Amino acid sequence: MSAQAYRLERGGLVERSKPLHFTFDQLQYDGYAGDTLASALLANGVRLVGRSFKYHRPRGIFTAGNYEPNALVELRNGARREPNTQATMAELFDGLEATSQNRWPNLSLDLLSVNSKLSPLLSAGFYYKTFMWPRSFWTKVYEPFIRRAAGLGSAAGANDPDRYEKAYAHCDVLVVGSGPAGLMAAEAASGAGARVILCEEHPRIGGALLTERIEIDGRPGQDWALDARSRLQASGVRIMPRTAVVGWYDGNTFAAMERVADHLAEPPAHLPRQRLWRIAAKQVVIATGAQERPLVFPDNDRPGVMLASAARTYVNQYAVRPGRRAVIFGNNQSMETTAHDLARAGVDIAAIIDPKDVVSSDISHVVRGQGVAVVRGGRSISGVKPSGRGAKTIGCDLICVAGGWNPSVHLISQRGMKPVWDNEIQSFVPPVTSGPGFICVGASRGLYSTESCLEDGYQAGLAAAREAGFKDVETATRTFTASGPEQGRVEPLWRPESGAKGKCFVDMQNDVTDKDVSLAAREGYVSVEHLKRYTTLGMATDQGKTANVPGLGLLAGDLGKEIGEVGTTTFRPPYAPVSLGVIAGHSRGPTWRPVRRTAFHGWAEEQGAKFIEAGLWMRWHYFPRAGEGFAEATAREVNQVRNAAGFADVSTLGKIDIQGRDAVELINRVYTNSFTKLPIGRARYGLMLREDGIALDDGTVTRFDKDRFFITTTTGEAGHVMEHLEYCHQVLWPELDVQMVSASDAWAGLAIAGPKSRDVIAELVDGFDVSNEAFPFLSAAEITVCGGVPAKLFRISFSGELAYELCVPYGFGDAVVRTLAERGARHGLVPYGLEALGIMRIEKGHVAGSEITGWATAGDLGLGWMVPEKKPHNYIGRAMAAREGLIDPNREVLVGLKSLNPSEKVPAGSHLIADGALNSPEADHGHVTATTWSPTLNAYIALGVLKRGRERHGEILRAANPLQKYDVMVEVADPVFYDPENARVRD
Amino acid sequence: MRIKCPVCGERPLEEYAYRGDAKVQRPRTHAPDQANAWHDYVYLRDNPKGRQKEHWRHSGGCGAWLVVDRDTYTHEIFSVRLTKAARRRAK
Ligand SMILES: [Zn+2]
Repeated sequence: MSAQAYRLERGGLVERSKPLHFTFDQLQYDGYAGDTLASALLANGVRLVGRSFKYHRPRGIFTAGNYEPNALVELRNGARREPNTQATMAELFDGLEATSQNRWPNLSLDLLSVNSKLSPLLSAGFYYKTFMWPRSFWTKVYEPFIRRAAGLGSAAGANDPDRYEKAYAHCDVLVVGSGPAGLMAAEAASGAGARVILCEEHPRIGGALLTERIEIDGRPGQDWALDARSRLQASGVRIMPRTAVVGWYDGNTFAAMERVADHLAEPPAHLPRQRLWRIAAKQVVIATGAQERPLVFPDNDRPGVMLASAARTYVNQYAVRPGRRAVIFGNNQSMETTAHDLARAGVDIAAIIDPKDVVSSDISHVVRGQGVAVVRGGRSISGVKPSGRGAKTIGCDLICVAGGWNPSVHLISQRGMKPVWDNEIQSFVPPVTSGPGFICVGASRGLYSTESCLEDGYQAGLAAAREAGFKDVETATRTFTASGPEQGRVEPLWRPESGAKGKCFVDMQNDVTDKDVSLAAREGYVSVEHLKRYTTLGMATDQGKTANVPGLGLLAGDLGKEIGEVGTTTFRPPYAPVSLGVIAGHSRGPTWRPVRRTAFHGWAEEQGAKFIEAGLWMRWHYFPRAGEGFAEATAREVNQVRNAAGFADVSTLGKIDIQGRDAVELINRVYTNSFTKLPIGRARYGLMLREDGIALDDGTVTRFDKDRFFITTTTGEAGHVMEHLEYCHQVLWPELDVQMVSASDAWAGLAIAGPKSRDVIAELVDGFDVSNEAFPFLSAAEITVCGGVPAKLFRISFSGELAYELCVPYGFGDAVVRTLAERGARHGLVPYGLEALGIMRIEKGHVAGSEITGWATAGDLGLGWMVPEKKPHNYIGRAMAAREGLIDPNREVLVGLKSLNPSEKVPAGSHLIADGALNSPEADHGHVTATTWSPTLNAYIALGVLKRGRERHGEILRAANPLQKYDVMVEVADPVFYDPENARVRD
Repeated sequence: MRIKCPVCGERPLEEYAYRGDAKVQRPRTHAPDQANAWHDYVYLRDNPKGRQKEHWRHSGGCGAWLVVDRDTYTHEIFSVRLTKAARRRAK
């Protein structure tokens, strides 16, 4: 066949000066810029493009838009391979590689089409019936069969190399759709002063102006659309082509997917592949148009059967003859338009089959009062036989089907509005054409003439602008002189006469036939939603855009009801397929979420630090030296802190500055312990509860002045505690005179710990006396360090050693840590990471996140001493903490655990089982929460929670870990393994 | 959904944290006879279909706690106001 044998020599919107090369199933073809893959395939006479999902029937191109059920292909290859793409929506580009799918071994010889012979097995509800028994058949027979036979295309199996973006836009009026109605709405709204966004899912602006032969005020529709586009651009309308509005949400918020670079082989470096827009609009004009629906007759799925409007689109927009000789079959007068447009493009009109006698009497070749009986041909049709007695086969290679129109009611349906049936035009239309924030116009509300769409759009644009706040806008009408296609008279034709065998498809993508619908109705699935789920009608990737209404029509017929009484299914977002990539946007790989780095990060990187993620933070994990592994490095760091000095990054702790006359009152109301008598220049450990009496967080409270406090929280709860305190103040106790601000990011913090830490600190402070007498344990001061850097110095310890915490303004952090490392070196100072910090806290029996779990009370954590009886305040959690269940002596409380064999580890999560008992819920007395090798004690130790644990020190238990098939005997001990007198911190 | 923060203006949902019913009242004392009141305060919430005053925090913005009068079914927002202390802070 010669190249593009079906291409017209003139007309259309393809650029003949820009030829493009592409392949389909490895064969080379040519097309033009402006083509879709579908139009280019048709131009080359390619009719067979895929196999159907269930029966592997040969399928061709059925539509010219986003409602295509059949022509699904794989685009590109390698990491960019994209399965299940509608050939009718894929813009052609040079070098495009397209492949058919769902066939084996190849498209024209598909061995799995034997499924068609098995069709009794595959009828409605077959999943529910066939695969129920025998059970063993499931894994051996059914599942492999289904996996082999079903499925559409295959995923790339490699990381998507392209970028995706999310973006936000705001406007007074959003116009969805750029047909005649949408263009006029945008023009009118913009002229009234409104900020307008116009979204069009196709690459060109114009909608039906591009696909139909329309004339407006003497101008051809395609030219008129170009003029309108220029006018809109000049008036500042934001035109967004290739952008499908896919969802409508609360507050007139819209989701729209822009296919930025789908029409290019690869996105250029500065562009994403796709963009997901969130558009906030004061008003929306829904101008989404209408889609033609098919008719249900035998073999209506064969390649060569096509919607009549699609055939018109191919000749008018793409200058492609979809066939050489056409039969037109339908229930409305648009068959005449089809005959005109095709004949004008040189397609022979073999016949118009007109069972309802709607075609004007002056049209020739009309077969009135008959349906379609037999479609001849398999992979490509060769003729059609009308149903009348003695009718002869009419030779043709194209059957154009005109079953009436479905206004695109998807968006209003998403908002919970149920479309209603309009018997006059045989269409579901919106129940109201306008409401708060929206107006439906043109074909989307059932208006089909070009003139009425233009006028409707114009008035809606003015009304939308007025509603959006441009109150001076006056109602005006504008009239147009236009000609174009009309539906004209339309008659119901849900189950045409045929008297022939052959499958009549309702949902082509999911291979649902009229028999499946009738079977479902007979079996009692008479609700539309049940019908859908039982037959899978409308549940394919096209969401039944062509299938739903014919399905309803058949069901109504079977039930003897009107179609409006049967109801309609609910359309849910998204209106068009949205890739997972664009939903993820930048949130993948290294940009999955923000990374927080402390002021010391750069310095630590230079030192070869290993980092560990803690929430969003990158924290120091450990600092390996040459030849050291993880265990050696962390043990060395611990030993150095215990014997000399080390420093750790504690910048990630939450810090809140609380000031005001009632600051101490607020603090007393949120912590269990009392701070009334905390002297200025002193810090104290504090515990917060939740209102239900469970421990929330712990940290330090420092008083720098009578009315000025500085508190710290754990890293993980920093944000939560801030929110909690603001709730307490703003909602519970607004009468308190207090102000607070998060200072977490303002201050970089270092813990400097070890017997030599005083000597190290003395190297930094500007003439401040850090002797034990002048600055004892739990002191705090605002000083300067390193020659004038403002600092907060605390003498507090988490490691159990003499220790300090030093906070400096974030911007000084890097300079200070370098000075510290340099001046501390002569005292043996080393950096230590989160691992060493964790080891030392277990040695010291301090609780952390693995113990403050959200079900532990102060008593459980061994912090009962922080809950004084005599405190007068009705503090958060006090009342509920006194509940019987929370003070039960049988509760699991914090204990230390020593491995009986010091060289056997105690896995975290192990359950604590009474010695001699078998594993059982009754014998389970607690579990291990944190575990470590202790370099200090030269033994494996752990923390855990144990029923009545404080009375059981010295008892031998079995730590059972059935998951790891590992048991170890442990001795219950005091949780403070190291320096239980706490003398070292006071030295 | 967008909420119009009295301090920051109309901002998207993601910037806000939801807490719930704004009409619950914290008992004034922790006396043992208040056990039922505490139970109600901590655990019991109405779950109306329709209008309800709720606490929201503009956590991704100014940090203010807000009382939002909202329809839980339509998500229509009738009013947004600052709590008393937040009003004072905003001044
Ligand atoms: Zn705000």
